Order: sequence, then C-alpha cells, then structure tokens
Amino acid sequence: MTSPNKVTNKVTNKVQTDSPAATSEPPALGGGVEVRLVDLRRTYGTVHALDGLSLDLQPGELVALLGPSGCGKTTALRALAGLEELDSGTVMVDGKDITRVSAHRRNMGMVFQAYSLFPNMTARDNVAYGLRLRKTAAAARRKRADELLELVGLGTHATRYPHQLSGGQQQRVALARALAIAPQVLLLDEPLSALDAKVRAQLRDEIRRVQREVGTTTLFVTHDQEEALAMADRVGVMSAGQLQQIAPPAELYERPRTAFVAEFVGLTNRVPGTVDDGRVRVLGTDLPLLEGSVTTGAATVLVRPEAVEVAPDDDGNGRVVAPTYLGSLGRVEIRMHDDSVVLAQVTSHQATELTPGTPVRVTVRPTPVLAIAP
Amino acid sequence: MAAVTGRRSRSILRWLVLVVVGIYLLLPLLAMVEFSTRGAGGTRSLEAWRGIGEDDDLLDSILTSVELAALTVVGMLVLLVPTMTWVHLRVPAVRRIVEFICLLPLTIPAIVLVVGIAPIYAWVTYLVGDSPLTLTFVYVVLVLPYAYRAIDGGLGAIDIVTLSEAARSLGASWPQVLVRVIIPNIRGALISASVVSIALVLGEFTIASLLNFDTVQVVINLLGKRNAGIAVAVSVAALLFAFVLLVVVAYLEPRRRSAPDDETPATAPAVQEARA
Repeated sequence: MTSPNKVTNKVTNKVQTDSPAATSEPPALGGGVEVRLVDLRRTYGTVHALDGLSLDLQPGELVALLGPSGCGKTTALRALAGLEELDSGTVMVDGKDITRVSAHRRNMGMVFQAYSLFPNMTARDNVAYGLRLRKTAAAARRKRADELLELVGLGTHATRYPHQLSGGQQQRVALARALAIAPQVLLLDEPLSALDAKVRAQLRDEIRRVQREVGTTTLFVTHDQEEALAMADRVGVMSAGQLQQIAPPAELYERPRTAFVAEFVGLTNRVPGTVDDGRVRVLGTDLPLLEGSVTTGAATVLVRPEAVEVAPDDDGNGRVVAPTYLGSLGRVEIRMHDDSVVLAQVTSHQATELTPGTPVRVTVRPTPVLAIAP
Repeated sequence: MAAVTGRRSRSILRWLVLVVVGIYLLLPLLAMVEFSTRGAGGTRSLEAWRGIGEDDDLLDSILTSVELAALTVVGMLVLLVPTMTWVHLRVPAVRRIVEFICLLPLTIPAIVLVVGIAPIYAWVTYLVGDSPLTLTFVYVVLVLPYAYRAIDGGLGAIDIVTLSEAARSLGASWPQVLVRVIIPNIRGALISASVVSIALVLGEFTIASLLNFDTVQVVINLLGKRNAGIAVAVSVAALLFAFVLLVVVAYLEPRRRSAPDDETPATAPAVQEARA
C-alpha cells in the first residue's frame, strides 16, 4: 500500500499545478481559511444553547471545543455548518459573512458522531459523492476518491459497502469524504465517540495527521478531554453556551482561569488555604497565584494531583486511605489531619509501597495555582 | 435423550402447523383451478382460461385496473415520500397527526367512503371526465394506511437526519437529498408500499362498483353471473399475478453483502447525539 504521506504530497502537489478554471478537475486540497464566530446566540425555550459565543480560528488551525453535555459545543459547530439556525450573531469564513448561506452552499466537510456513510454506496462512491454533486468528471472524482482512501489507509476497501466496514473504517471513510470536496473548514462532531478505546486512539492520531497534512482549518467538538488535549492546537472549554477559556492544551491545563475549567480538564484537589500578598499558603507551602484568583483571606485552592508530593513520615500530616495502581503511574488518596481528602499522583512503585494507613507527609510543589472563594 | 425427544416433538409440531396452514391456503386455490378446468362430461378443459383472452370487456377492465394500479402507485409515492421525509426531518412533532390522517381510511367502511365521495366524484367527472382512471384519487386515499406503514418503517430503519445532513454538508440540495440519498435507502419499503397498493387496487370491488366503473373485479363479478368458469379462471390468474409480483419484489429487495473478515463490522446503529 502506498504510504499515506506520499499520497497526500501527491494530491497537494498535483492540485497546486492545476488550473483553477479546469472544471473537470476536483477542487484543490489544502490551505486553511480564517473562521470567526461573533456573538452567537441560540435559545431553545428557556435554555440558552449559545449565549454570546465568540470564537476565532486561525487558518489551518485545529480548535477543539470541550465541555459537558448540553454546554452548546455541538450547537456551535452545527451553526458553523449551517445546520442550525441562529437567533443572532455572525459567522464569517475567509472574511465573508455566511450567516445566511444555506448549509449545502457553505463548502464545509463534516464528520458526524453517528455513522453517516450512505448505505447504498461503496466507500469510493461515498467519498466521490460531493465531487459528483460538483459535476467533477467521473475519472477525476474516482482518482481523488482513491487517493483519499489511500490517505486514510483504506485504499483496498474502495468497493466495500458501509455495512462491510468496521466503525473505525466507516469514520475514516467519512473523513475522506469530508476532505474530498476540499472544504474551507473541516467540522468534526465527536467522530470517535461511538468507537472502542483502541480504535479511538488510533483514529485520533490519524485524524490529526491528515488534518496537519491537508492544512484545513478544523473545528472539533468533543466531551473527551484527553482527545481534545491530544489533538488540538487550542482547546476551548464551554459551559452554559459560553466559552470559559480558550488556550493551547498545556496552558489550559496548567493555567486555568476559572474553577470550572480547572475541574473539567484533568483532576483537581480542593484544598483550604490562605491568600495574602499575592501568594497562597497551602499545606505549609507558599504558592504563586494564577490570574483570576481571590486576592485576600481564606480560600479554596485548586491543586493538581501531580503537584502534590507524598513521603512516608511517622510525624506527617495525613494517612494513606487508598492507593491505586494504574500501570505507568499511580494515585494515592490521603486523609489529612484536618479531615480533608487529597489526591496525589505518584510513581507506580510508590503506589505499591504506600499501603492504606501509612502515615505520610503531604507537600505541594511551588507551581501557580488558582484560589477561589471558599 | 430428553433434549433430542423435545427437539423432535418441536420439529413435528412445526411441520404439522405448516401442513395445516398450507392446506388451508392451497385447498381453495386447487378447488378454483379444478373448477376452472372442468369440461363437459367430466373431462378437463382450458376453455374457461381461453375465454379470458376472447372477452373484450374483461381485457379492457384488466387494462384499466393495471393502469389504475400504476397511477395509484405513482400518486401514492409522489404524495407520501416527500411529505413523510419532510415530517421525519423537519417537523417530527406532527408525525402523529400525519399518521392519524393516513390511517383514517382503515376505519371508514368502503360504503361510507363512497357515500361521502360520490358528490365529489360528480365534480371530478365534470372537471376531469368520466374515465375509470379517475378512481386513482380515491384509491390513493384507500392505500394510504398500508403505504404509510411500509414507508414509515423504511424511514425509521435509517438514520435519515444524519444521512441528509451529511449530504447537505457535501453540497446536496433538498431534491438531491431525497432522490440520491433517501429514496435509494428506503427502496425496499417503497417496493413493499407499491406492491400492497397494486394488490389493493387490483382487488378493490366495492368503490368501483358503487361508482359504476368497470374495473377487473367489477367485470369478474358480472362475468361470474353468466360464465362462472371464466370468472374463477381470472381470479386464479390474478392470484398468480400477485404471487409473481411478490417473488419479483423479494428479488428486488436490497440484499446485505457479507461482512469483512479482517475487522468486526459496525453493527450498532448510529449513536444519536444528544445535541449539546
């Protein structure tokens, strides 16, 4: 089988030399455009699915929208696709206002959460369908479809029908189909959520690879934080129709601006502390504060388990309640002397040594933390 | 040992049921064939069967009924497919109302339907003419309950919302979504709806008779009064036609191809997203 990288290069190089006026050729792949969502609002009865959402995507960027069910992330994606009507707001793509443009004229490729291949068509016909609608010549659309099937590693499955493909294969064909029309924007609506964990991890890497190679601006909606952090250039966390924070994965994880973001992305301990003079004292350690923290007095401090250090100590400040062995690492639940419970991330070796009841001393590494009102 | 005996008893019971049902269904048919092939003096004759081709009124009525069946199928499909697709996609809240309206003809006896529809047919005759093909209007109403059920089952078997949204995002207009995505994927349901409609139209007697149109059933009834042999032969022929139609339908039904051997195919229906 041809390597996917070679296929992409072949596709993009070929496209760049094509005349844009050649109607028998499929449109050129690659190249991203800027996307702007401005103050989007959508209400269902009394529920504000979108409550003034604004979001910019840079050309070629992959942005993930992350949030719990009902936070409005899918509504935002569907509004961009033209599948959801807005009460107000503006959708701009490549500098053009497309708010009132019908879904079928937006030139956006979409991969759905549900299996969405047309059951009556083979994988090749599914991929070529968008080009057929664009009246691309039969030979050209077949060539493009085969190239894209190669790109997603299904070159030998072109003549198979959807029910002859596994869930992961179907989603890969759906990705090829979405890319075949050389969309201005690629929209991924939880495309991995119906798949099992192993296929999910494989396909996650594959989608990212393909997106990087083709360079299409992509909006990816998921409720899986690991997926979002692993795939996206930037991750936006949504709650109640609003964007809480959007930042690169590391920044979002290490410097959350709100308690919701800190607690939704990753694990977080709520530990009592005292804020004074721009720092907070937690478990006997002074820590720098993140932007958005309370400025003085008693506070609840949000501390990541990996910032918590644990060492066996007969005169310590807590006792191990439950160690958990997770293979490459471990977690230990510790009951402090003030009866609060702290979760610490430890090495897997430590997790086996710290048996329940072991007296320990818990300290916190001096990393910036968010302190909120208790 | 006990398990083997149990399996054997169940097998015998199955065959017994099959034989009883077979006799119940086939015996009247065999009797009809026997009756229609009776000749003079206890001999066998195909005279009644040959008579079908020699009776001009009968041939005309057969042609009329076939035309009516075709027009009814077209009318039913044109009316129901876009309507039901639209209801499934855009206004699912009115689905129950549409279902209720479509099922109404089931609850109305044919005679009541005729009494109600006769004055309307006076206008139909005045505006369109007195061709028996005008029966298409009332027959489309008559087949609605059966056709609705078949098409509703077909639409329910596919994820119509996701498929149409996928097609829309790829650039398909609504007519293209209907013709290239929805219809090919409910082909089986459409064929079933069409066959039920054809069978219903070919077998309908009451309305055609009371509105004074000569369809095949009306002519068979008249024919039965002067030549019972031909009437029974036509009835057997009609049943055979329906049987052939069902075989053809079974052949046209979309078949599933074998699953791949390298990976387990996705068997779970698409997970409907909870719209965030």
